Amino acid sequence: MEKDNKIEKKSRRAFLKDASVKGAGALAGAAALLTGSDDAEAKATWAEHFQKNYRLMTDEEKKESAERLEKRYSEEYGKKVTVGIEPAMPGVLFGYALNIQKCIGCRRCVHACVKENNQSRHDENGKATEIQWIRVIRMEKGNFAFDQNKMDQGYPHDKNFKHGVQVGGNAYTNLGTLLEGQHYYQPEKVPEKDAFYFPIQCHQCEKPPCVKVCPVRTTYRDPDGVVVIDYNWCIGCRMCMGACPYWARRFNWGKPNLPAEDMNPKTHYMGNRPRMKGVVEKCHFCLQRSRKGRYTACIEVCPVGARKFGNLLDPNSEVRKILDRKRVFRLKVEMNTYPKFFYFVD
Amino acid sequence: MKMVNFATDFLCYALKGGSKFYTWLLFLGFFIMIWAYGNYTQISQGMIVTGLNDQVSWGLYMSNFVFLVGVAAAAVTIVFPAYVYNYKPLKDVVIIGEMLAISAVIMCILFVLSHMGRPDRLWHIMPVIGILNWPNSMLTWDVIVLNVYLGLNVVCGFYYMYKKYTGEPVNKVFYMTLVYVSIVWALSIHTVTGFLLNTMPTRPMWFHSMVPIKFIVTAFSAGPAFIILAFFIIRKNTKLEIKDEAINMLSTIITFCLSISLFLTLCEIVTELYPSTEHSFSLKYLLFGKHGLSGLVGFFWASLAMNIIAFILLINPRTRKNHAILPYTCAILFVGIWIEKGMAFVLPGMTPSPIGEFAEYTPSWIEIGNSLGAWAIGLAIFTILAKGAIGIQLGDVKYSEVKGEQYEK
Repeated sequence: MEKDNKIEKKSRRAFLKDASVKGAGALAGAAALLTGSDDAEAKATWAEHFQKNYRLMTDEEKKESAERLEKRYSEEYGKKVTVGIEPAMPGVLFGYALNIQKCIGCRRCVHACVKENNQSRHDENGKATEIQWIRVIRMEKGNFAFDQNKMDQGYPHDKNFKHGVQVGGNAYTNLGTLLEGQHYYQPEKVPEKDAFYFPIQCHQCEKPPCVKVCPVRTTYRDPDGVVVIDYNWCIGCRMCMGACPYWARRFNWGKPNLPAEDMNPKTHYMGNRPRMKGVVEKCHFCLQRSRKGRYTACIEVCPVGARKFGNLLDPNSEVRKILDRKRVFRLKVEMNTYPKFFYFVD
Repeated sequence: MKMVNFATDFLCYALKGGSKFYTWLLFLGFFIMIWAYGNYTQISQGMIVTGLNDQVSWGLYMSNFVFLVGVAAAAVTIVFPAYVYNYKPLKDVVIIGEMLAISAVIMCILFVLSHMGRPDRLWHIMPVIGILNWPNSMLTWDVIVLNVYLGLNVVCGFYYMYKKYTGEPVNKVFYMTLVYVSIVWALSIHTVTGFLLNTMPTRPMWFHSMVPIKFIVTAFSAGPAFIILAFFIIRKNTKLEIKDEAINMLSTIITFCLSISLFLTLCEIVTELYPSTEHSFSLKYLLFGKHGLSGLVGFFWASLAMNIIAFILLINPRTRKNHAILPYTCAILFVGIWIEKGMAFVLPGMTPSPIGEFAEYTPSWIEIGNSLGAWAIGLAIFTILAKGAIGIQLGDVKYSEVKGEQYEK
């Protein structure tokens, strides 16, 4: 019986999905309005076509649209979903510190993040791939393969050697990419002997290039320092993806594949609520948790305590103590983006 | 009332033609149908039907957009000599240039719509009803300059034609002000499109102050090349007289601009490859291939070869003024610069990714179909607009009160 119910629900949803191809979606919405139907999906789709940028909404409108979404998601995923609209807390500036000495490259953070933040999951039919906000780059220890046999080699080639070598033979053997690593490693066991790991995600820049290039101000820095995205206002032009120096932004190329059983019902409007196709998303320091004083999912899951998070304005916070005492650096400082994501070693 | 007559007479003339004309439109119609199907698929399934991915998130659509902004700007190569230097042979055909600008901007808009993940939210980027992140976002500058340029050309072109149609004199102050504004504006559209790309230090290959100037000189090569081809076709198929001097003037402009463009290509290669820092990786990937990926290498060298062949044929006055050779030169140049803008500039800029990953992008068939279709729509619009404009220029389409009276009786 329950199964039958599910199938029926699914097919109706599938129908609506197909119908939501723009004009048709509006029609479905109009029909729902006219007939007084309480189909939350159609109502939400209809209302979202005309809704303002989140920042310009009054508190009343924010609440309304969150409620509308709660209804829609609850119906769609078959469980009670909450959509939070908690604003930034006063006196809080979030910062993150990552100990690259401790990181073992297990990628538990990657998967915890996907689970927590309702990213699109891999689909067996190849219609959707998993979107991951954290990528862990595997760096070869030493980075260069120095070779005794190449001592006499290089440019110019042997016969011109009497004038001296200009480029040594060992110059050609580095991996040759900017971060000189790769993020597709599939180890049997971590940590690997010959590697160290360099996780990368949104750096929540104080001077974010992605925000500057956004033509519709759908992405902006909130007062607590987190760069957020209004998924309902994004036009999908991907300027931000072109401008981000840290490759932190991901695009929903297809319709996100989020099975109901995997859906995390505790969401935030600017955070982990389910996204639609054609919009950009990225790490937001788990707003749905951090704005309630909780740690982010990646911090909670890290087995070696390599990840630290806290209020940069509070001199007693863990992250501030690290900045004060450890050897700290930021990535790509020449971009002048002032990231609030710090790397450190003990 | 005159306005309505103008519109109907213009359209009637523009849409009436011989079998060649209809075959051409039918041919374009085929691609427009592919475009409609492709866009339907893309809107219903999402951008996943394209070959784009998180590593290379801009592709064929953006490449064509950048190229066509140049074609639109190139109308100025007719307008400028015609009005600033009062060059009579070009003055007679200035209207064709304006019609080309209109068609090219419409193509730009079609490519932007295909590029957007959410075309249904287009209104978000419109002034007043949406939110424009102006002056911070270069894309908002581009939206503004392109739309104003479209408006300027529509007003200039159709005002001139309307006056010619009714036989009234042109209001010189009004018309010439718009013409001068549109000359400067044409430069601005490609400059801003250059800024759109070269203000991203994340993509070192684009992060180069020479990008806007190179955009302009390549545009002023490819654009007039297209116009010359159109002139040859118009000369062959209509009674409109296009003087040899007009064509020679344009080919001289191409020669100048193409030589600067080739020089800038040399400057770029030397500047990047001599120190050979990490920032040269995109260019190395383009020129020689890197990390076993070499999808764009052939395109780059083909485009360079085409540009050089065209340059040799243009720099020599005998081959430049030989109108049996010139159409081929222009065709080679047009294709060469199209490749240069897309496969040799927009695409390699996305490789490697900001964290150093080399990923190669191949457009999907949907993308190719949508691009061909957008070109077909633009060419169809240009054909119809140009045909109407020729009718007006020839005096075939004229306002006559007699006709009106006859109807009343």
